[in-house]
Amino acid sequence: MTHMKIKSLEDLKKIRESSRDLTSARSGGETVIIVGMGTCGIAAGAREILTEVMAELSRRNIDGVAVQTTGCIGMCQDEPLLDVIRGGQRVTYGRVKPEDVSLIIAEHVVNGRVVDKLAIGRAD
Amino acid sequence: MPIYRSHILICGGTGCTSSGAGEVTEAFKKAITEKGLADEVLVVPTGCHGMCEMGPIVVVYPEGTFYCRVQKTDVAELVEEHIYKGRPVQRLMYSAGEDVPVIPHYKEIPFYGKQHRIALKNCGYINPDNIDEYIVRGGYEALGKALLSMKPEQVIDEVKASGLRGRGGGGFSTGLKWSFCASAKGDKKYVICNADEGDPGAFMDRSLLEGDPHSIIEGMSLGAFAMGADEGYIYCRAEYPLAIQRLKTAMAQAEEYGLLGENIMDSGFSFTLHVKEGAGAFVCGEETALMASIEGRRGMPRPRPPFPANSGLWGCPTNINNVETWANVPQIISHGGAWYASLGTEKSKGTKVFALTGKVKHTGLVEVPMGITLREIIFEIGGGILDDKKFKAVQIGGPSGGCLTEEHLDTPVSYESLTALGAIMGSGGLVVMDETTCMVDVAKFFLEFTQKESCGKCVPCREGTKHMLLLLEKITEGKGTMEDLDTLEGLANMVKEMSLCGLGQTAPNPVLTTLRYFRDEYEAHIRDHKCPAGACAALLEYRIIPELCKKCGICAKNCPVKCIPGDRNTGYRIDTDRCIRCGTCFEKCPFGAIEKK
Amino acid sequence: MAFSAEEVREKTRKIVDPWRNGKGGLIPILQAVQEQLGYLPMEALETISRDLKIPSSEIYGVATFYAQFHLKPRGRHVVRVCRGTACHVRGSLKILDSVKEITGVEENQTTEDLRFTIEPVACLGACGLAPVMMIDTRTFGRLTPDMVKGILDKFE
Repeated sequence: MTHMKIKSLEDLKKIRESSRDLTSARSGGETVIIVGMGTCGIAAGAREILTEVMAELSRRNIDGVAVQTTGCIGMCQDEPLLDVIRGGQRVTYGRVKPEDVSLIIAEHVVNGRVVDKLAIGRAD
Repeated sequence: MPIYRSHILICGGTGCTSSGAGEVTEAFKKAITEKGLADEVLVVPTGCHGMCEMGPIVVVYPEGTFYCRVQKTDVAELVEEHIYKGRPVQRLMYSAGEDVPVIPHYKEIPFYGKQHRIALKNCGYINPDNIDEYIVRGGYEALGKALLSMKPEQVIDEVKASGLRGRGGGGFSTGLKWSFCASAKGDKKYVICNADEGDPGAFMDRSLLEGDPHSIIEGMSLGAFAMGADEGYIYCRAEYPLAIQRLKTAMAQAEEYGLLGENIMDSGFSFTLHVKEGAGAFVCGEETALMASIEGRRGMPRPRPPFPANSGLWGCPTNINNVETWANVPQIISHGGAWYASLGTEKSKGTKVFALTGKVKHTGLVEVPMGITLREIIFEIGGGILDDKKFKAVQIGGPSGGCLTEEHLDTPVSYESLTALGAIMGSGGLVVMDETTCMVDVAKFFLEFTQKESCGKCVPCREGTKHMLLLLEKITEGKGTMEDLDTLEGLANMVKEMSLCGLGQTAPNPVLTTLRYFRDEYEAHIRDHKCPAGACAALLEYRIIPELCKKCGICAKNCPVKCIPGDRNTGYRIDTDRCIRCGTCFEKCPFGAIEKK
Repeated sequence: MAFSAEEVREKTRKIVDPWRNGKGGLIPILQAVQEQLGYLPMEALETISRDLKIPSSEIYGVATFYAQFHLKPRGRHVVRVCRGTACHVRGSLKILDSVKEITGVEENQTTEDLRFTIEPVACLGACGLAPVMMIDTRTFGRLTPDMVKGILDKFE
């Protein structure tokens, strides 16, 4: 904990902003990234994808995005699978490689443009 | 600061801790480190979720999955399956019954769905030992707003506009009380938080102190600013060690940030706060007795006036509110009095926290808008009566309250409606009773309590409660007469009218309400020498039903006074004259072949 | 935990010292003395009286008024059986009976080997887990009479 003294509402706001991540995972988040972590997913490298997602969000200082894991979806041949839910639309990306993660986050999560070359399914 | 994708919230309240939450927390930390997830998953100890009976409670975010009765042996599976692989573990989810589908999410559980949480907003959601989490949720903004942009009178006006009334039982307008203290003459003024929660069956204050200590500190600071006080005391009962520890941590953190102590937020306003441990006397919940106790004397009430607003602690103007009242204040200042007043009934505004206990399926803390009916609280939020037995009564308001019946279930709950029925809001204890609870025994139980806790200063309370208790003992032993009922009622009214303080004035309520609504049960004890609920031991008779008896002899073996003669050939019989009616045989019989009447 | 009269006086004096010029110290002092010595020996009360210049009758009055204070030595473990409303309707009397039977002493008494002191308490505030008992600082909930022995056995 810092030892600064709070002297104004701005100081309070600063702490509020800098500590937002403390509870942000508890408020859900508008955008959700889901990584398939079934046995086949893990075998295909889903764990590295999840690590990369966390690292990229942290590097870009993005909050308000909930990261979830899920079990086997049944499309084992296309693992690792990564879903992005944004604006009520769910897009599934298949055979994701760690180096694809920054692209998906920049294009889809931040700017709302689906990365067509990796997308294998959509649902509203 | 790293971003954590998942938060595991583990309740660290007294209830869950005694069910093993501490071990569960340790197990989670270990499992997460072993799995290499320590950088992306955060384990957070929180305050009480209110559903203590289902503890230890674990909530996993971002999904908001609600797990109950989690043991340390479940942790490995939860981490492997849910946290790592994203497959929530069904068997640990909440279910309303054996064949009912599980409900995975916190918000969808009926126990929480009908609640409206203002005072309990942060309980079970934040880590009470981390001030930053409180600040993220808007904490200390009300204090900042008041100190830097409001006049003390404006703060009082907001509290008045909110319609907030004392949540400790009295129900006096908080804003009005503050204005008395604010206008009292004196250079030195005090504010006090009454955390001497003594009503058996009430634990909302404990949960608030444990789960969200900063809201009380902020509320008291606002009150001190509004009334011109610079020193405060939190008088907390010693039976709540965890609450005291969390308060002290919270105070130290607030001081470090300059949110408590000298020159708060550079505004020129200073406020010093102390925690005082109570020493175990129920009467200290009465404000003048509480102040005597802080001063180091016997906690005995004194006549009012003078009221504490003019002459309180060490003779200085003093304002006392209870924990729940203080906890509501920051949000009233943040959102405005009108916002708070939009909830509730015409005269009882806002929400009230109730401690729902007794023979109800889901026990715990519930915060609901005033005006909700008892039926909604007991049957919709509480899930109805345990083992689907029949509802008989609900005791509201602790030893000072009364017992209400089936016919009152649809009454909207407010200060006025409960008083009209002979009960009181009190601190908000709701003890549900079923057909196996004897109302005479309940009245006796409460009177035993108040009689023991009577401080002995005034005669009506000291002697009156004693004689009421003797009459009740006589009746439960089957030795009462019909005249005793009239004497009891007369005595009760006398004690109610003539006692010095709230303890004596309300102690007869359980007797008066049971006499009013369950007079037939009293009469059955007197006239028929029977306890209809089968609870008063002296009036019971145990008997072996020969048709069901398998002659196993378990009853005879377990009987502590060896009063079940017989053998495995001829069978057994209970010698009623020697029987002490302990009920051991009744409980031990594997075939249900023993009846009590 | 036996202290000589002189040790008691010495320890008490140390506790009283910071309060000499303050106000409202009596109850916190008694709490601290009991915390250190386990109970309030007569020598301690006399020392407080002399050092703070409060009549011993008044100190005795305060010490006997509050349920928390004890003038006799207590057991190593204090068993507090909750007798609150919620616990009562869920059968706490049988828990208390079971504790009394196993330890062989009555309410507010201490076993001869100073192992347990039995104390009924108005409410522990853990009503959701009724019936409840607390041994020292640990709370045990959802009790049935046959669980009591196993729990008591854990405390030596």
